[in-house]
Amino acid sequence: MQLTRGEEKAISGEYGEANAMAYRILVAIGEATEAQNLIPIQWAHISGVNYNTIGDSGLNFLRKISEDGRVRVKSSLNPMGFDRRNLPDLPQDFIDKQFEITKYYEKIGVTPTFSCIPYEILPIPEASTQVSFAESNAAVLANSHLNLITNKESALSALASAIVGKAPYSDLRIEQYRDPTAEIVNESRIENELDYGLLGYFIGKTMKKSCTGLCNIPKKTDFWNIKSLSAGIGTSGSCGMFKIKESSKNNEKISFGDKEFNKTKDELNTSEDGQIITFGSPQLGLGEIGKISTLMEGKKFTKPCKIFCPRSVFNKSEELGIASMLQKSGVEFICDACTCLTPLINKENYDSIVTNSVKAAYYMKTSNKISVALKDVKTIVKDYSN
Amino acid sequence: MRIKCKKIVGGITSGKLLFSDQPINFLAMLNLKTGQITDTNHKLNNLTLKNNILVFPNAIGSSVGAYTIFSLKNNNTAPNGIICTNSVDITTASGCAISNIPLVCIEKNNYEILKNHYGERGTHSKEVILDAENENISFD
Repeated sequence: MQLTRGEEKAISGEYGEANAMAYRILVAIGEATEAQNLIPIQWAHISGVNYNTIGDSGLNFLRKISEDGRVRVKSSLNPMGFDRRNLPDLPQDFIDKQFEITKYYEKIGVTPTFSCIPYEILPIPEASTQVSFAESNAAVLANSHLNLITNKESALSALASAIVGKAPYSDLRIEQYRDPTAEIVNESRIENELDYGLLGYFIGKTMKKSCTGLCNIPKKTDFWNIKSLSAGIGTSGSCGMFKIKESSKNNEKISFGDKEFNKTKDELNTSEDGQIITFGSPQLGLGEIGKISTLMEGKKFTKPCKIFCPRSVFNKSEELGIASMLQKSGVEFICDACTCLTPLINKENYDSIVTNSVKAAYYMKTSNKISVALKDVKTIVKDYSN
Repeated sequence: MRIKCKKIVGGITSGKLLFSDQPINFLAMLNLKTGQITDTNHKLNNLTLKNNILVFPNAIGSSVGAYTIFSLKNNNTAPNGIICTNSVDITTASGCAISNIPLVCIEKNNYEILKNHYGERGTHSKEVILDAENENISFD
């Protein structure tokens, strides 16, 4: 990769340790993805916040970065381990270390959004803007639905790009690689957000290309479906973009029929029932919270129900009176965190959960060793409210 | 015997090869204390990355997997080196960069040579030398 003289000075440590580390990360990625040079980016969304996932070594790394590191571009932050305004019953050591991590991010200038859906709470830049999104659902959705340009970044590459304000010019950042040469042909009846999540999980698992075509998808599909699709793709693979389109004669084709649908569901649906209901992985936006509230019509959930959402979304729901309606239905809102890998849902407290999220199902099963009953939101409301 | 590789993160190391033809979600599948894969659906389930040279296609899933690689390094449970056989992904590249774990990728024909020599899966008794600086892998 070609570096400018200024970039070479930075990598040798002339502009401080954090800058040097950031450039070392970006150069390794540049080598890996065969980039020719670095290009400016306008927005970085950084993951690696939850103490449950990055641990002491991540915390120590961030402490070091925060000594002289500062972000150069708009930077937003993924969820942490719990709701910072409503402290849970967790060991004090966990709470202290979680706040230490968030302190370092704020010190380097990252906006503490604590959200995995930055695209629903911050203004979207104009089309074709280069950004750097870690958080797999956000990267896939940004490329596929928002006309933004990013690779499927890692926690460290997004942090490095935030500090440097640049990213290696490779893969999905180059126009020609955003045109799919392979496609998934849907032959199954996909109707709700769970079906789209399962389709996404299948795509991630089978599609080896960075960009996939997606054919025979219902023309009218709501945003929750697109979000679930993006999160499913991000969870199981390395694919960073889909393009809904007509089938192209020359493209390699992979079919997603009833057999593939059922096999994918059997892998992730590991329980018939669960002790609690969780919504929000990715976190819910206002539209989805409104939809649950409409479906509930004032009924009460028969099991504890947790909704994970960004604080700004909760505040808006409160203003609109939706939050209090759902709270009366038995919903507990948790801001700043997400179902995935939160310490609030662990094996000691629960054996099984009910959710409509394929992403949550994968991480609950694989990391938390909790079994999952996968149902779509309408079925959840029908089965668990009266 | 010696085969060529491409340097992504420099360094020289040795270890036994641990082959996987399946990708790895580092965040979800690793026991940080032991370096073991803990996913019953993965062919390397219960095998450890510790002290081995991991040969695998690429990482998948969570962007936080980069920190998992760093945690493995700090816990002394990391692989000594990593060889990617597909394309080197951003998670593995950035995780190895801050952990100083030598990382290379190999072309398909060289992967076939390694695979034919060692078999496709699991660990093998003889050590190989991974020289990322000089871009080669040598073995008996």
